[in-house]
Amino acid sequence: MTDPIVQFTHVSKSFGEVKAVKDISFEVQRGEFFSLLGPSGCGKTTTLRLLAGFEQPDEDGGLVRIAGEVVNRKRPYEREIGMVFQNYAIFPHLSVEKNVAFGLEQHRVPRAEIPERVVKALEMVRLDVGQFARRMPNQLSGGQRQRVALARALVLRPAILLLDEPLGAIDLKLRKEMQLELKQLNKSLEITFVYVTHDQEEALTMSDRIAVMDNARIAQLGSPAEIYENPRTPFVAKFIGESNFFEGTAARGLGDRWEVAGGNATFHVPAQPGLQAGAKVRIAVRPEWMDVCLPETIPAGENAATGTVRDVIYLGEMMHVIVTLADGTDCTVALRNEGQLIKPLPWKRGDRAAVSWLPEDCQVLEEE
Amino acid sequence: MAGLRQRLLGFFHPRPQARAWALLAPGTLWLLVFFLVPILIMLVYSLMPRGVYGGVRPGFTIEHYARFFNPLYLEILNRTLLWSVAATLICLVMGYPLAYLIARSGQWKNVLMFLVVLPFWTSFLVRTFAMIFLMRDTGLINTLLLRLGVITQPIPMLYTPFAVMTGLVYGFLPFMVLPIYASLEKLDLSLLEAAEVLGARPAARFWKVTFPLSVPGVVAGCLLVFIPSLGSFLTSDLLGGAKQVMIGNLIQNQFSAARNWPFGSAASFIVMALVLVAVLWYLRIRDRAPAGVR
Amino acid sequence: MNNRLPRWLVAFAFVVYLFLHLPLLVLVLFSFNDSKFSVEWVGFTWQWYARLFQREDILNGLRASMIVGLASTVISAILGTLIALALARHRFRGRTTVEAFLYVPLVTPEIVVGISLLILFVLLGFPLGLTTITIAHVAFCISFVVVVVLARLQGMDQNLEEAAMTLGADEITTFWKITVPQVWPGILSGALLAFTMSFDDFVITSFVSGVGSSTLPIVVYGMVRKNIEPSINAISTIILVATSLLIYAADRLGRDKPLRK
Repeated sequence: MTDPIVQFTHVSKSFGEVKAVKDISFEVQRGEFFSLLGPSGCGKTTTLRLLAGFEQPDEDGGLVRIAGEVVNRKRPYEREIGMVFQNYAIFPHLSVEKNVAFGLEQHRVPRAEIPERVVKALEMVRLDVGQFARRMPNQLSGGQRQRVALARALVLRPAILLLDEPLGAIDLKLRKEMQLELKQLNKSLEITFVYVTHDQEEALTMSDRIAVMDNARIAQLGSPAEIYENPRTPFVAKFIGESNFFEGTAARGLGDRWEVAGGNATFHVPAQPGLQAGAKVRIAVRPEWMDVCLPETIPAGENAATGTVRDVIYLGEMMHVIVTLADGTDCTVALRNEGQLIKPLPWKRGDRAAVSWLPEDCQVLEEE
Repeated sequence: MAGLRQRLLGFFHPRPQARAWALLAPGTLWLLVFFLVPILIMLVYSLMPRGVYGGVRPGFTIEHYARFFNPLYLEILNRTLLWSVAATLICLVMGYPLAYLIARSGQWKNVLMFLVVLPFWTSFLVRTFAMIFLMRDTGLINTLLLRLGVITQPIPMLYTPFAVMTGLVYGFLPFMVLPIYASLEKLDLSLLEAAEVLGARPAARFWKVTFPLSVPGVVAGCLLVFIPSLGSFLTSDLLGGAKQVMIGNLIQNQFSAARNWPFGSAASFIVMALVLVAVLWYLRIRDRAPAGVR
Repeated sequence: MNNRLPRWLVAFAFVVYLFLHLPLLVLVLFSFNDSKFSVEWVGFTWQWYARLFQREDILNGLRASMIVGLASTVISAILGTLIALALARHRFRGRTTVEAFLYVPLVTPEIVVGISLLILFVLLGFPLGLTTITIAHVAFCISFVVVVVLARLQGMDQNLEEAAMTLGADEITTFWKITVPQVWPGILSGALLAFTMSFDDFVITSFVSGVGSSTLPIVVYGMVRKNIEPSINAISTIILVATSLLIYAADRLGRDKPLRK
């Protein structure tokens, strides 16, 4: 286990009455691409700012450590960090090269070295030096400004690069490109990236690990696969991708399974430690783990719930079949589209149908 | 030097309150000592009996305030209030259409607004003198009218209530236009389009949508004209002569010829009280949501 | 949507503009009239301007106004900017009180400010002169500077300062290298406004100036009271032109430069 470069231990931060961050603890490994993901107001930006040093934890609000050292009292310019802001924050009164050189000057890098390092940094973010070095920020496009912001931060080789929704204002195609570039830079420079975003796709694409935040706390922390395939709470299941939810009461244990009686169906879940008869159980199942079949031909060993097809939606790569179940709730099943013109789905509105899924695919959720 | 800088920053870093107050201190201290304290002293003076040379002598009395119930002084107070209200209304009638026009002038907005603001910033004394130059018996207007044969005798315009009123309006009109323009400029034109689609005609659109939304600006403008009018003294001094006395002249007199500082202080306080009432009333209105805005 | 403005509105506005500017234009025009008493146009002359420069009182008044103006501008610009910084960048208790307190000078009638300061100076035994005038002018200029500079600071992107700090600049360096370049037009604009207000002030100055420390407006007032003659038109024109230029400069500087997009 490599040593963590960032450690938050029971950190809380309040603004007046409101607690923006409630008792969060996590570690970031050296060289990792670590994302803080959540809806607006969840506390992710505050967490980043606590790491940067723009905010301080509350009086007994825990400890923030960088490279093992407690930095609660340290100013941003005393920490080994670089930062990229959502609106780029390029100094409007300085040219591109002066912007990039700014940090070098502040760190008293010898005059002679500066131009070379500036050039290297600009090349690293793929900005043509000859064309852009002398330009002023108002002559640049959004994407170009973002690259300058990156270059300016990276030229200092900080231990940690903080990114606050840096791709929010960039259009989709360029955004995808930059996501990959950022991932590349993270690996090639071996600089730890701490990335804040509300876009779960972005987080899944780029991160080594994700901390999903909700309401000032960390709901779940894990790799993209863990977050996506094993969501722990209803919030995470809903926020990442899509989920169908089923509820029921635990009836009895059957070896390595438990039988749960629900409103829509009786289904089997993998045995959970400490599960007792009568306990409330809530599960999430992703649409792509389910199938649609006739109520009479449910495959053996699978859970199922019956209902009526409400809609079939064409999404290109996938087809979504929405089935209204017995209690009136809708269940979405995602099926590969193998070409509706040659191999169309046999389902249409009004058909009687059943949705089925394997017991292993039941994601048993914790209460929030 | 670097050590001092670090120590300074280090001292202030964990003390955000101290940081803010260190920056605020010089300016607020200046205002405290040279603005607030003098007014408080003035208040104290207004409650002390008049001294031999016109200053104060030790003691406590409310005679200076009581003096205001004398019909002579009540008349001055009334006149001041009346003229201030009149000037405010005239400025409103003149200023609102102008503000409206400027707000709808697209690219000319800035130029037109600048032309309104310019007189506001130039010397009040000079502008008042311009009025004198025009309105004297031997001034431009009378001379022109005489020449054209419209009149045979010069019309006495100066040293009349009309002159003072004109002077007040002339001096404070830009104060009315600015805030009204500011709130009209923020008006969302799609609201008017929606009203039009719903069948409202131009007059109805104005009174039911535009005007209510501009009320904050109107109220601010009225305040900005009313308050200086209350305290004005230059206008009535130069344009009104001895007969058109406003409370400002009364006050000024106490500190020159009449030599009665405590009485002058009391009068000032009464003016301040009126101003405070107007401001509080304005804040009340401002905090209530303007009509038509959710 | 019918965007044409009704004709009566345009005519009305035109009349109001005339009302605002015609008196001043007339004033300027007649400063060149070659006749002392009559309002009839006789001929063009510079004599009234020439006479101004021979008058001791005018020259002294001008000197006094310049000294007071410069001094009060510098002081109120510094004090006002510091306050604006505190308001724009710091959270602190008592903030609403401070803001309210700053706005009170803006609504207080000049006459009240004038006499209360007179009372103070006399009570302290402080001799009335250029110093007392300067002190008074600073008192009413600070609030104006705060308003202008505050707007500029609030309009500025705070991330710029934060970015500078992540790059190794401490608070003081950040202020000089990042904040000031962004807001100096606002500070200068506020300073020009302060100078204009100080230069033009009559009411407050008349109470706190002593004998021999008359500023230009006080001299002009004396001239108006004594005798109406074209020299007054001349000095008025000079004041008008000077302040117009200052206000124009302040206005240009006060406009936010479009920085992005």
